[in-house]
Amino acid sequence: MAGNTADKIQGGVLGWVDARFPLSQLWNEHLARYYAPKNFNFWYYFGSLALLVLVIQIVTGIFLTMFFKPDAELAFASVEYIMRDVEWGWLIRYMHSTGASFFFVVVYLHMFRALLYGSYKKPRELIWIFGVLIYIVLMAEAFAGYLLPWGQMSYWGAQVIVNLFATIPYIGPELVTWIRGDFLLSDATLTRFFALHVIALPLVLLLLIVAHIIALHEVGSNNPDGVEIKAHKDENGIPRDGIPFHPYYTVKDLVGVGVFLIAFFAVVFFAPEMGGLFLKPANMIPADPLVTPDLIPPVWYFTSFYSILRAVPDPFMGVVAMGAAVTILFFVPWIDRNPVKSVRYRSFAHKLNLAVFVVTFVSLGYLGLQQVTTLYGELTLRFGVMYFLFFWLLWFHSKERSVLFSIISFLVLVGIYSLYDYTRFDPANSQLLLTAWLLPTVYLFLTMLVPVFKRDLGRDRPVPERVTA
Amino acid sequence: MANQGMDRGRRRFLVAATSVVGGAGVVALAAPFVASLQPSARAQAAGAPVEVNVAQIEPGQRISVGWRGRPVWVVRRTPEMLDLLSEIRGRLRDPDSEMEGQQPHYAQNEHRSIKPEFLVLIGLCTHLGCSPAFRPDIGAAELGADWPGGWLCGCHGSRFDMAGRVYRNMPAALNLEVPPHRYLSDNVILVGEHTEGGAA
Repeated sequence: MAGNTADKIQGGVLGWVDARFPLSQLWNEHLARYYAPKNFNFWYYFGSLALLVLVIQIVTGIFLTMFFKPDAELAFASVEYIMRDVEWGWLIRYMHSTGASFFFVVVYLHMFRALLYGSYKKPRELIWIFGVLIYIVLMAEAFAGYLLPWGQMSYWGAQVIVNLFATIPYIGPELVTWIRGDFLLSDATLTRFFALHVIALPLVLLLLIVAHIIALHEVGSNNPDGVEIKAHKDENGIPRDGIPFHPYYTVKDLVGVGVFLIAFFAVVFFAPEMGGLFLKPANMIPADPLVTPDLIPPVWYFTSFYSILRAVPDPFMGVVAMGAAVTILFFVPWIDRNPVKSVRYRSFAHKLNLAVFVVTFVSLGYLGLQQVTTLYGELTLRFGVMYFLFFWLLWFHSKERSVLFSIISFLVLVGIYSLYDYTRFDPANSQLLLTAWLLPTVYLFLTMLVPVFKRDLGRDRPVPERVTA
Repeated sequence: MANQGMDRGRRRFLVAATSVVGGAGVVALAAPFVASLQPSARAQAAGAPVEVNVAQIEPGQRISVGWRGRPVWVVRRTPEMLDLLSEIRGRLRDPDSEMEGQQPHYAQNEHRSIKPEFLVLIGLCTHLGCSPAFRPDIGAAELGADWPGGWLCGCHGSRFDMAGRVYRNMPAALNLEVPPHRYLSDNVILVGEHTEGGAA
């Protein structure tokens, strides 16, 4: 079908296969005749790198499964056995544990690319939604995997996360018992997490990735200029600013793969624990249900959301806030209604908003790794508020706002959290509280009010007809 | 050909009826799978009570024992510790242990125990289940000069007093749980039973 008559005429093995299975057609539609914009830059490496890490995780995971024993009595020792006695076992396991962290590094950069260039906007909303689903399944997959070595950090980290569900009113406690399969975290929990980690979640992940790529290849890739290359086609129906993915981008991505593997194996060989960020020292101690380690932060890739959980004084509302922080990502295509896709042609106010969001997300991630002190608690709360303000501003910058609306909404927002500050005012910490109050306030002032007085800073620039490079 | 003389109403009915029956079958089939994830008969049986001899505990000392895989603490409180319990009432969220389910009725009193001296608690934070650290040191440096001794949860910073009662404005909203327990003799506590043969 699909008019690939040229391929059908071919004889030989390929012709024989093509008459029975659309091999050439698949090759062409997704590689050799998939026209991608010619102006991809650095940020476009991370999609294919995510696929590479997926392959690393699956291959190393299969081999780890051959030696690992999913049994509360044996799991910890079997991981030590892999590390000490299995030939090259240390390499396979360190590739897997480092791969988990690199997966998130790559995925976070990949998601940030979408924010930079508006890749979630029409007609790519579904690509973004599949992507957020992949991100959530990836978090579940990483969490389930983290329990398997059955160390202290595995045990108590899982204890805390599973107990998040206990805060749900009415059904919480029964739900948690059902998740654990026991009245406490035990062998029953370990075996089901093993099943989820090695088969159920990877299957879901693969299906979602296929859906993500099918949706992408249906509408075509976005690019750093955020212009639609399909709007300008030549006489053969090929976008004038498009080049075939293969060989142009396969070769470009190979360079990325090379650089990535250098960084990846530098960590695997020289710093597999990454100073406790990738593998925690407390996890080298077997799980003990009677003793909690002094500090049990989650792995770094969860800590931004974990901070938001900790910032809220009420347990259930904390879980709701954390859930909202992830769920809100689904709505980004409808929050940001600005027709200009790429940050290149967006206003200064929007660029600043994106930059502050990066600082906010990284700060929350750092704070989530630390012990709670008065200072850190206060900062966590402020950055937590700023996390959500980012999405408000994304909507606010969808078009040029009137002076009146800008000022009123600025005052309302500042008023809301100032009112909360008033209710929790403590003279002993007044200086800290007031200084920290400046964080979201200056942020909102620069992104909402300054453009009112200096219109240029809030104005988007014209988008070119064709890509620029 | 296939559409000639077709009875649309009949076809729609058949499609709907088949879908409903098939859907009911899927739900019925899902039930055993969902139920299989509940605690097994073996897990439910593993809940035997535990005997604790308290004669050897020094005043001010805390010991830990395991019951149903959870840490259970027994603290022998000094008279000073007991005196402080009433002084800090104003800083607590539920000083009179009015929240049902966090203690058996016989422990719903100021000291939250049968005998004032011996406190029995399940050593898991009521926030997200970490095991809080025992901090009996009055006025500990990082806990403030007015710290009267108690527990500090390292995970999210919840604080509890010497009767396991939670302070105000903490991540945890409930007092630490007092497990069912009774005295077999003056010096032996049985954790896990309210009365003779009455398992928790």
